[in-house]
Amino acid sequence: MAERILDVKNLKINFHTYAGDVKAIRDVSFHLNKGETLAIVGESGSGKSVTTKSIMGLLASNAEVVGGSIMFQGQDLLKKSDKEMQKIRGKDIAMIFQDPMTSLDPTMKIGRQIAEPLMVHKNMDKKKAMAQALEILKLVGITNAEKRFNNYPHQFSGGQRQRIVIAIALVCYPEILIADEPTTALDVTIQAQILNLMKELQEKIETSIIFITHDLGVVAGMADRVAVMYAGQIVEYGTVDEIFYNPKHPYTWGLLNSMPTLSSTKLEAIPGTPPDLLDPPKGDPFAARNPYAMQIDAQKQPPFFKVSNTHYAATWLLHPDAPQIEPPAEIIRRAKIWREIQEQEEVAKNRRAEAMKHADVE
Amino acid sequence: MPEKRKKLLEVKHLKQYFGVGKPSMVKAVDDVSFHIFEGETFGLVGESGSGKTTTGRSVIHLYEPTDGQILFDGKDVSKLTSRKDHLEFCREMQMIFQDPYASLNPRMTVEDIIAEGLDIHGLAKNKEERRAKVEELLETVGLNKDHASRYPHEFSGGQRQRIGIARALAVEPRFIIADEPISALDVSIQAQVVNLLKELQEEKGLTYLFIAHDLSMVKYISDRIGVMHYGRLLEVGPADDVYNKPLHDYTASLISAVPEPDPEFERNRKQKEYDASIEDDKKGKPRKLHEITPGHYVRCSEDEIAMYQAKAASYEK
Amino acid sequence: MEEKMKLQPKDFQALEVKEELDAEKIAAPSLTFTQDAWRRLKKNKGAVISLFIVLIMIVVSFGSTPFINRDTLVKSQPQYANLPSKIPGVNINGFNGKAKVGDVWVDKYAQAGVAKDKYFVMGTDYLGRSLAQRVVYGTKISLIVALVATFFDLTIGVTYGIVSGWKGGRTDNVMQRIIEVISSIPSLVIVVLMLLVFKPGIGSIILAIAISSWTTMARMIRAETLQLKSQEYVLAARTLGQSPTKIAWKHLVPNLSSIIIIQTMYTIPAAIFFEAFLSFIGIGISAPETSLGVLLNEGQKNFQFLPYQMWYPAIVLCVLMISFNLLGDGLRDAFDPKTRR
Repeated sequence: MAERILDVKNLKINFHTYAGDVKAIRDVSFHLNKGETLAIVGESGSGKSVTTKSIMGLLASNAEVVGGSIMFQGQDLLKKSDKEMQKIRGKDIAMIFQDPMTSLDPTMKIGRQIAEPLMVHKNMDKKKAMAQALEILKLVGITNAEKRFNNYPHQFSGGQRQRIVIAIALVCYPEILIADEPTTALDVTIQAQILNLMKELQEKIETSIIFITHDLGVVAGMADRVAVMYAGQIVEYGTVDEIFYNPKHPYTWGLLNSMPTLSSTKLEAIPGTPPDLLDPPKGDPFAARNPYAMQIDAQKQPPFFKVSNTHYAATWLLHPDAPQIEPPAEIIRRAKIWREIQEQEEVAKNRRAEAMKHADVE
Repeated sequence: MPEKRKKLLEVKHLKQYFGVGKPSMVKAVDDVSFHIFEGETFGLVGESGSGKTTTGRSVIHLYEPTDGQILFDGKDVSKLTSRKDHLEFCREMQMIFQDPYASLNPRMTVEDIIAEGLDIHGLAKNKEERRAKVEELLETVGLNKDHASRYPHEFSGGQRQRIGIARALAVEPRFIIADEPISALDVSIQAQVVNLLKELQEEKGLTYLFIAHDLSMVKYISDRIGVMHYGRLLEVGPADDVYNKPLHDYTASLISAVPEPDPEFERNRKQKEYDASIEDDKKGKPRKLHEITPGHYVRCSEDEIAMYQAKAASYEK
Repeated sequence: MEEKMKLQPKDFQALEVKEELDAEKIAAPSLTFTQDAWRRLKKNKGAVISLFIVLIMIVVSFGSTPFINRDTLVKSQPQYANLPSKIPGVNINGFNGKAKVGDVWVDKYAQAGVAKDKYFVMGTDYLGRSLAQRVVYGTKISLIVALVATFFDLTIGVTYGIVSGWKGGRTDNVMQRIIEVISSIPSLVIVVLMLLVFKPGIGSIILAIAISSWTTMARMIRAETLQLKSQEYVLAARTLGQSPTKIAWKHLVPNLSSIIIIQTMYTIPAAIFFEAFLSFIGIGISAPETSLGVLLNEGQKNFQFLPYQMWYPAIVLCVLMISFNLLGDGLRDAFDPKTRR
């Protein structure tokens, strides 16, 4: 059984604005297992950034947490004061953001910026901290690290800056790394390099990653488990194979349908826009854009229905009495791949069982 | 593909240099030539710094080209001398911009934004006609009539892009340059805008120059594609050919870096490394676009043609 | 988390997308930029109070024109000379007609034989003229000078800045060098040079301010124009075929309006103070015309014995300047799009 290192339960967050309260996060629960990468996918306004900011205690001043808990190392992070959170940020939980241009202090040498968390959190003396910072600078793939240690951020390219940002985040070997769209602003070749780097470092540093993005291609390459967010709620979550090959929620179908692949011939866009969270709809928030919506979707919010031990989806379509509907062509195509994967697993399981039997006999 | 199609846009040896004469001179666009057939979508891809946006802006005269020739429907529009020429040009060619948050004047209502083109070119005789045209355009792009009196900040990114499209359509252009129109949008909204552009192309017989760095989307919408790097056009050809049978190493490395929403594929994907030094000019061996297979061009020197032809042939096996 | 919920068969019927579920609707009420800015300004108590003070001062000083004019100012009534303020109903020493002579509070009104019902709210000056009247008139003059300065700011400063920023390149270079030359000459020197040619008075002050004060506005407008001209909506206007003049008017000025208004709010107190300073040192407005600076000058002469003659104009001047400054701060915060929600 995987070890849970972060457990978010029933999180509810409102934002106070001039027009009223925006219910940005409406009962969100998820967990992060040790050593894995959890991807949170959603459009802008779905609440994915707000969720991670609440983990770090970095919410805006007009945000109010109206319910829920975030358990980390046996304590509720929501109940901690800012001073207590300062000890955790950068040391146990680190965060990297989207824009490498503004994530670094332009007036401080980067070597110093990398060493700073060590000096602050681990009380290391300057010499030792600088030495360790240099090591991690090499680890993130900056060539000529000794010389570049004393450069300023503007002397690096966008991709290199993002590497430095990653170095700063990982220098204290945090338990959790939250990456909020870290490659969205980068060119595709640089993105590929950074993502590879993150995967390598994850193993070396043994950190668990929460990866926020709207790019399903990146999710497919990085994630072990995926949570799909819509209108302030999680609508489906499961392992990466389950979500990509056996999705059950119409929104997930819509997302997969609307992403071009190198072999796409037709893109089905999801019509309309996400609901205004100033006045969230009563039932299923996706009902207005859901071609498979049923009467009940406008009345009651669907609970999570179990698809497997690791896969849950909040859609009335999974109710035992719900009619069987035919998903879009793209989803049917993926379902075929799912069946193949299942068969292969069956075969592998049988082989293992056979091997065990022989081992017993011997 | 029919051979004798009409070329709506011809760009010949376009050069856009910034800071000419100074040591800091940047050759943003360095001798780029391509043509676009009427009714097709030409996708121009490249990473940041490749010069694709500058190319688009030079064609539409937002930057005055340093050198080169631009022919639109046979007419030379490389230099627009009189105001009359300029106005005529604006009615033929329009642009859609990248940033939905900066492409609409925050102080103007949606109606005024869309009607600006109508006002400049005198396309509406009175207020009622103006309003009617604006409402028609709003409906064409999938928005409501009552959105006309609202302000840009009340709309989402996707909706703003559609307002920008309506604005460009108001003057009834034949050719639209779409400069990264979906890069700043959410994935599910990107499909909406792209599908809208495709519909409009069919309905109104538009020709597009689609500039983007998202390769999958460019391939989906384009008939032909050009790949740019460091201000040069490295490869041009039909979309399928360029993607499935790339000739230039840069194109191949770019394609290999694109993540697919398919975990099995991702587990096996290997990014191809690219050494940019192969683009460097070799003394005495100038490089230009040569046709390797019908319609499929690669930037190379005379002695490299054979190598590329062999590469193309190897795909056929 | 599973729940087996009992549902009716009708619950599973297809849902037609009704008009109410129209996903393109916008829920919040429409706010123009001005409405939004006003809402934010209202939250800033200091700015709102300053706004009221400024408005009251403008109304009182300009509204007094039919009542207080040159005639009333010129009329001197020596029998009422140097009386302290007497506010009916207030019996605090200093405001009830009594002034301190030596260590004793003396009723100056009784001493001068003033009729019981005659009172001067701010006292009188050495010629027996009502100080209150003079302060109101002086404030009006100061405000007029400030408004003229603002006018030049707006016309010369904004146009210069837009042209310089829009053209860029060599034109911009030359224009900026000109500004540097003008702004490096101290305004006092310009005024003194003016005096060689013109008589001291409102005209020469206005001319001096006009020559020197527009430079700050021009610089700020140029900087903002440089940034705005690469904004995509300006590019869009260019591709639509819009002429540069129309672009400046339709696209640049409305988006520069915040800066213009804020800068104006800072120019006004600077101009008021400049005029007060000039008049104070005697090269500005001269008698019988009066302004806050002239009043300060006159009051300063008697400050040891008749402090009120300087206090009143000084307080009015300070309140006026502080109010404009606070209002400017409040407007700057209200207009700042980055903090807009």
